[in-house]
Amino acid sequence: MRGYLARKTLVYGLTFVVAVTLNWLIPRLMPGDPVQRMVARAAVQHPETIESMTVYYERMFGLDLPIWQQYLNYWGSLFRGDLGTSVWLFPTPVSQVVLDAVPYTLGIMIPAIVLSFVIGNTVGAMAARSRWLDNVALPVGYLITAMPYMWLAILLAWGLGVALGWFPVAGGYDFGLVPQWSWSFAADLLHHWVLPFLSLFLVSLGGWAIGMRNLIIYELESDYSNYLSALGAPRRLVRRYAFRNAMLPQITGLALQLGTVLGGALVTEIVFAYPGLGKLVLSAIQNQDFFLLQGTLLFVVIGVLVANFVIDIVYVLVDPRTRTGLTGATA
Amino acid sequence: MTATQPTTGPGTEATEQPGVTGAPSGSRKPGGDVRETLYFALRNPKVLVGGFVVLAFLLLGLIGPAFLRYAPMDYAGPPMAPPGGDFPLGTTTFGQDVFAQFVAGLRSTFLVGVLGGAVAAVIGMTIGFVAGYRGGLIDELLNMLTNVVLVIPGFVVLIIINAYLGVRSVPMQALYIGIFSWPWVARAVRSQTLSLRSRDFIDLARLSGVGVGTILRREVAPNMYSYLFMTFVLLFGGSILTAASLDFIGLGPTNAMSLGLMMNQAVQWSALHLGLWWWFVPPGLGITLIVGSLYIMNVGLDEVFNPKLRET
Repeated sequence: MRGYLARKTLVYGLTFVVAVTLNWLIPRLMPGDPVQRMVARAAVQHPETIESMTVYYERMFGLDLPIWQQYLNYWGSLFRGDLGTSVWLFPTPVSQVVLDAVPYTLGIMIPAIVLSFVIGNTVGAMAARSRWLDNVALPVGYLITAMPYMWLAILLAWGLGVALGWFPVAGGYDFGLVPQWSWSFAADLLHHWVLPFLSLFLVSLGGWAIGMRNLIIYELESDYSNYLSALGAPRRLVRRYAFRNAMLPQITGLALQLGTVLGGALVTEIVFAYPGLGKLVLSAIQNQDFFLLQGTLLFVVIGVLVANFVIDIVYVLVDPRTRTGLTGATA
Repeated sequence: MTATQPTTGPGTEATEQPGVTGAPSGSRKPGGDVRETLYFALRNPKVLVGGFVVLAFLLLGLIGPAFLRYAPMDYAGPPMAPPGGDFPLGTTTFGQDVFAQFVAGLRSTFLVGVLGGAVAAVIGMTIGFVAGYRGGLIDELLNMLTNVVLVIPGFVVLIIINAYLGVRSVPMQALYIGIFSWPWVARAVRSQTLSLRSRDFIDLARLSGVGVGTILRREVAPNMYSYLFMTFVLLFGGSILTAASLDFIGLGPTNAMSLGLMMNQAVQWSALHLGLWWWFVPPGLGITLIVGSLYIMNVGLDEVFNPKLRET
């Protein structure tokens, strides 16, 4: 078990360094100059003013230092929780903007992931080896999985939002309300939450169901299942063993899926103008606010890594083989 | 990655299992039973239906433009015209022909699928073969690399790359998508290579003194052709979905029309509130049908290649 955790920690540590380095490096390969762009935005003509503004911004963003020092400073400020300053919402620090948006994204992501995982696995386990359900669930599951996240979101927004008028299609809460702790605000928040959650949930559902169905079929063909059946064990008992074994790859799959679901959450939020990280990414791109974009995405990457790590620890609890040092999950 | 593992996540696990049992037991001669494979493929409804849908869209994308009167971006007709008459899929708020955009979008969709899938397949298979066959330190290093890329949320890195470096053509977009969607392929191929490595026929090949490349190409790979092909199909679908998401955020190629871009524009110009369903339904439906058919075809192919799964 110690070896397993040590290996995982090494991988995540390395991934973290690579991700941060990529995040630092890619913008510096970009043609064009953010400082010039900001100076141009101020629309001043006076050359001395431009000069001093350029120097001011470069000093402020630390662009006048040698490249290795910029890299070290980047790490330094990262550990201080300083992700820079937003250009779009100048002088708000990026970390503040990001923290304001995070609850919305987590609010739709966590319920969608958990519910789709639980329900998808249950449906998949039932569908395996049940001809009628299988014939319905399988094609539907594949079609749902094949849907682009934003298309389902668009369809829901149009159908349930615009055409039927059941749910609002834009924003995290009514524009007339001020965020506060009150029942009416909470109800409004929930009302706006339904559609983004639903579309994310539905797209994730199909994949889990299909994966579980295939794994159960595979497990039911294995030796221990045949042996149990030969001993005369009831079908339900055999299936229960199969289910527990099939959960292991599904949990690994959950870790791998996180990045994808997150991408789905980002585009879903954009469709519903939901004030989470996805909307932030879009605004950052449209306003060419690269500090905000970089900070947001770095935050997201760290979040995914942490969640992955947590799932790996859960895996140790679920799979006894990793505890005794046998070959369970490969690191 | 990215939206690439989207579906491939659980989907992969799924197809991986039958593949694992299928390949090693495959004492089948490579290429020797093409006719048998074809026989079963042509009698498998999943392969037939899936293949038919994909081919139909491909054909529409290839020869469709020849029959169009308007270019995708032309202000061709009356704005917001519903489907019918001159415009089979209606027009946008600017009077652009939705059908022309759809056909042009299909082209980029297939292009990004094939190229992105191919890039990911080549990287993943190369790393998987080498890591699995050579073992030792090389395996450790490649495995570490695979794990690192596997955990990085590829879609996020793609956003950064697209936003900063400005991806302005479909092949560039496909290249970047491919670079971040190979890890699960490498893992799966590695584990299969590992199980083949100690077989007698590989030892024999090694004794005969041929190089590593030749052994991998002529002895190892043919034993998992079926699996490799199915892997490519999954990567193909994954690339299409990733590209659609990127295009939708507005980070797609600027010199081409794509299905994701159509949805981007539809949302941007409030087609939802104006009720212009013919603008945003076809592109998403096209993607769903293409990718869904690919997946269903893959299930069918699994049954074709793996006799255990065939329904009698």
